[in-house]
Amino acid sequence: MLENKDLLGIKNLSPFEILSIIHTAEKMKLRINNKKLRENTLENYNMVTLFYENSTRTKMSFTMAGKYTGARVTDLGVATSSVNKGESLVDTGVTLDQMGFDIMVIRHSMTGTANLLARNVNASVINAGDGINEHPTQALLDLFTIYEKKKNFKDLKVAIIGDIAHSRVARSNIFGLKKLGAEVVVCGPATLIDKNIECLGAKVTTDLKEALKDADVVMGLRIQLERQKGGLFPDLREYSQIFGVNKDLMKYAKEDAILLHPGPVNRGVELSTDIIDGEQSLINEQVKNGVAVRMAIIDLLIERRKKDEVTNTKWSASESFIQDRWEKRYTG
Amino acid sequence: MAAAKGGFTTICCMPNTNPVVDNEILVEYIKMKAEREAVVNVLPIGSITKGQKGEELSNIGLMAQAGICAISEDGKSVENAGLLKKAMKYASMFNLPVFSHCEDMSLVGGGVMNAGEMAQRIGMKGISADSEEVIVARDIILARSTGVKLHICHISTEGSVQLIREAKLRGEKVTAEVCPHHFSLTDEAVEGYDANTKMNPPLRAKKDVESIKKALKDNIIEIIATDHAPHHIDEKNCEYDKAAFGIVGLETALALGITHLVEEDIISPLELIEKMSTNPAKLLGIDKGSLEVGKVADITIVDPNEEYLIDANSFVSKSKNTPFNGHKVKGKVKYTIVAGKIVVDNGELMD
Ligand SMILES: [Zn+2]
Repeated sequence: MLENKDLLGIKNLSPFEILSIIHTAEKMKLRINNKKLRENTLENYNMVTLFYENSTRTKMSFTMAGKYTGARVTDLGVATSSVNKGESLVDTGVTLDQMGFDIMVIRHSMTGTANLLARNVNASVINAGDGINEHPTQALLDLFTIYEKKKNFKDLKVAIIGDIAHSRVARSNIFGLKKLGAEVVVCGPATLIDKNIECLGAKVTTDLKEALKDADVVMGLRIQLERQKGGLFPDLREYSQIFGVNKDLMKYAKEDAILLHPGPVNRGVELSTDIIDGEQSLINEQVKNGVAVRMAIIDLLIERRKKDEVTNTKWSASESFIQDRWEKRYTG
Repeated sequence: MAAAKGGFTTICCMPNTNPVVDNEILVEYIKMKAEREAVVNVLPIGSITKGQKGEELSNIGLMAQAGICAISEDGKSVENAGLLKKAMKYASMFNLPVFSHCEDMSLVGGGVMNAGEMAQRIGMKGISADSEEVIVARDIILARSTGVKLHICHISTEGSVQLIREAKLRGEKVTAEVCPHHFSLTDEAVEGYDANTKMNPPLRAKKDVESIKKALKDNIIEIIATDHAPHHIDEKNCEYDKAAFGIVGLETALALGITHLVEEDIISPLELIEKMSTNPAKLLGIDKGSLEVGKVADITIVDPNEEYLIDANSFVSKSKNTPFNGHKVKGKVKYTIVAGKIVVDNGELMD
């Protein structure tokens, strides 16, 4: 059961909500694996995807997730729609809301955009990545994948390696893992980690071996070439030699450690090919789990909406949201 | 009009308008328009470089003759230190103060709020304190070597306070100002991604707010100013990264001063009056800011005990971009008198 109308980030989820998403995803995964179990439980519901930032993978995963549940899935086609003619995000959201969409999935290059949309529509908003802030569905699929192998999060050591400063995946994972009792160590070049991230409960190191030592989970992050142009590291060759993970380095982790990566991987840069395709790698499993987790989220959000339909609650996102902000604002 | 409602009888207007105020003709135009339409006194400030492009000096001398009260590149800093130094030397010839907006763009990067724990928690790109402080330090050094009267606008960080404190201890001619939002709010206000909390400099961390309050108490900061920047709701009800920087301040400044400084015993009522009228008048070299026989009757009468909730919809200003809507404050402007004429009567603007 989910508390709120939207799924905007892991930061606002309780451990209970995270676990209920994981348990629902377990059931959903069976539907993907077994054609006989597939059922169109949500066939009267409508979902639209708004991808202001390109991501074929994530969009496809949401689309398939919607289809497996029986919901009608539409893509706004941001690149070709009126958004290109300068329509504001709020106006776009309100228009789609009037058309009766139940779920809006938004991916945007700017932080806080999912919150902005959620504040202005009655539909349930799923954040598919906002700026450098959060990517909750990715973190939930990572957590689900970890859960399948480890069955427990308590005292697991998770090492996240790469561009931490610009990674919404890292941030959402830190929020989730800490809530579930795991230990998180982040590692990467000093120019790609903001020391303040310690306030989220993660440990920071620039020593790769120290980060990997006795880790139960190793998570590589994609390194973006633009960062090099921004002067944050000299070049990919140097990056992969100092921060790339390979078979020898994986030996520092526990023997039964698992390897994750949100994809797409730069082979030979953040991870070497032998470990990407090696036994510890769950990178392909993550893709399937991504669909299952998104099915779970869609299902739980709709379940929540059904309940409100019965009690005839009209969502007024903005009011309560703004109210409780005022309390906090006052430094008094 | 918003100024009168907020109890201001004289305001300075920054040159970063469209077009940029960089020659005497525009200065004359502002004065003419103000005389015809404004209910309070308006003192124009000229830009430092033509078009604020940072390439060549504005007509500083001709603008001085036309009546500007200072020069400033507000909205940004003059990037080229050599050019700024020349401007300072040139301006001192006319006894014009230089008002510095301190911001090194190469350090700001794409930041939209204070860099720190809060930015980390909510996943926003930060504006580091050093982006302000390196320019504060640079301008203090250049003012020392040119002898110009330097005024640092809207300081927001603990480091800036320290730099100004040290310069004052050395006996240098530097003054500093702070905006009400920088002593009333911290960066925690940004948490809900409400773009009304987006301003430049950004709302800072608690330690910065503490040190600014202390600097107000020690009179290291002798002026409170608004950095009034009206914006349409469409520029604020949008993506935080896209939203305009800026906050309206004229109609809330005095109440925030009373609420957060006087009521909290940081400064006395008299000191607040000094920081909002006597000291600014002294900096600008105008014969105002005191209540004496024979002086111009620019007077504001305030009820310091009236408590109310700030209501942006009641602003005279067309723009409502304030993070203080619903904020409980004490202190209401009852009468504003400009040159003997009552322009605000019992809290209401006169026609
Ligand atoms: Zn400024």
